[in-house]
Amino acid sequence: MGAHQHSYNFSEQFDFTGKAKTLSIVGILLGIAAIAYGFLSGHTERTFLNLLLMSYYFTCVSAAGVFFCAVQFVAQAGWSAALLRVPQAFAKVLPIASIILIVVVSLGLFSHNLYHWNTPEGSEEFSSSKAFYLSPVFFLSRMVIFLGAYSIFAGLLTKTSVNEDLHGGLSSYKKSIKYSAIFLVIFGFTTPIWAFDTIMSLEADWFSTMFGWYNFAGMWVSGLSAITVTVILLKKAGYLGWLNDSHLHDLGKFVFAFSIFWTYIWFSQFLLIYYANMPEETVYFYKRLEGFYMPLFWLNLIINFMSPLLILMSRDAKRKTNSLLIVSILLLLGHYLDFYMMVMPGTLGLNAGFGIIEIGIILGFVGLFTFTMLTSLSKVPMIPKNHPFLEESLNHHI
Amino acid sequence: MSSIKYILGLFEDPDEMMHGIDKLQENNISIYDVFTPMPIHGIDKKLGVKRSRLDIVAFICGITGTLTGFSMIYFMLVMDWPMNIGGKPNFAIPDFIPITFELTVLFCAFGMVAAFFFRNHLFPGRAPRVMELRATADRFVIAIDANKGFDPSKVDNLLKEAGAVEIKHNDRKYVSYE
Repeated sequence: MGAHQHSYNFSEQFDFTGKAKTLSIVGILLGIAAIAYGFLSGHTERTFLNLLLMSYYFTCVSAAGVFFCAVQFVAQAGWSAALLRVPQAFAKVLPIASIILIVVVSLGLFSHNLYHWNTPEGSEEFSSSKAFYLSPVFFLSRMVIFLGAYSIFAGLLTKTSVNEDLHGGLSSYKKSIKYSAIFLVIFGFTTPIWAFDTIMSLEADWFSTMFGWYNFAGMWVSGLSAITVTVILLKKAGYLGWLNDSHLHDLGKFVFAFSIFWTYIWFSQFLLIYYANMPEETVYFYKRLEGFYMPLFWLNLIINFMSPLLILMSRDAKRKTNSLLIVSILLLLGHYLDFYMMVMPGTLGLNAGFGIIEIGIILGFVGLFTFTMLTSLSKVPMIPKNHPFLEESLNHHI
Repeated sequence: MSSIKYILGLFEDPDEMMHGIDKLQENNISIYDVFTPMPIHGIDKKLGVKRSRLDIVAFICGITGTLTGFSMIYFMLVMDWPMNIGGKPNFAIPDFIPITFELTVLFCAFGMVAAFFFRNHLFPGRAPRVMELRATADRFVIAIDANKGFDPSKVDNLLKEAGAVEIKHNDRKYVSYE
């Protein structure tokens, strides 16, 4: 079969104006107002925890964009070439997200609102062997080095793609494969440590070796869901006309498969702790299975496991735009709940809640993400026109 | 009518074969089946092949495995020989999940292999039967059921026009590898 005839405008660029821009700016302003309200009404710790949660989520989704690009390059995947500019726009947001996360973490650490281990009474709770690992200087330098490295690779991958547009040829593609391979090795080894530092050390007396992969799974599912939502909304707005239902089917399979993977990791962590039944480990789930958190604990599994399993299982559901959109949005909300369940029970305990501060900060970060991501998306054409597998992607059919 | 059962048109090129399918369909000649050495995109739709029911088989096999695994371990650990493991209740569901999961996967995988053998008339030790041996090497084959009352010479001409390199009139359905 010869190549299909197509007449797409490869220099099409996203026009970031109108409702999307207004709404994202309104979101940012609401977020700032919620932060101000949080600090002024005396909920300093709660505001800091929410800022940490959302900036971590923000960084995770952006980092998942880099990871998506890198996986596609290393696997030499053809199907995704036509939508690669969306995860690349995520990747371009990563430096901004990293800076926000580092600022939130350092402010929280030095003002003693986050990371109880940095206070004199807190440091007595865990053994002295952790003292070096959890010293502020080593802690912050680790975070800066990891996030800096991810951001550098995000920059390299997006830059080579732009060079490819300008000069064509295979050299950019080969370079991208090399960068991606190095990035994946670094990312694979450092994300667990990053998760241990940022989230697990909020409860420094508890530890789980599954925790890093658990966070990685959550990050990857929420990143994939965010990519799917962005692609679908752009398609509904009339862009990305070259994507057909086979591309959506592949994204849907990704979302479906990694939701199951997340559940697998979640259950592995739960089963080991449940089976070994050691008090220093079970305390983690004990806190999460009492009072206010108990329904949320089960809701977490229902949203993040049962909903993609039951809704997305059939082939037709993955090919229908609306069912895929609904599940992806549900998963983005579900992984907020998942991060909430990681952060809040061990810190605020039964004083935690869900009110103006939480909703405002969520809206703020969603607005910030939409604003920065769409701004970077609008700067380059919507398709990498010299990508060697572009023709395969345009004719993608499964 | 002679003893011809199937008319086979052998093509060298998949595009010519696809063209041949169009030609035959334009002349209302129904195609019995098509054999190609490699998968060809869009051919299912063109031939009107119904969607595979493999997923239903997979689901039935999987759910059988789930029920077998769960009831087996329930019988063992709750009814037949209750044991005190770490002070947990005998009916401790989280402990049951890994085995239930594994048996689901195992039954599903075995069921898929069995379904594959069944549908393809294959079995270890049995010589596979095909309609044309070269369809597994370098020929793209269109098979037409000659008993449907089509004029064989018309079919031959259509196949030749479309670029068939060889046309066979077989008096039996299958040839065996033996």
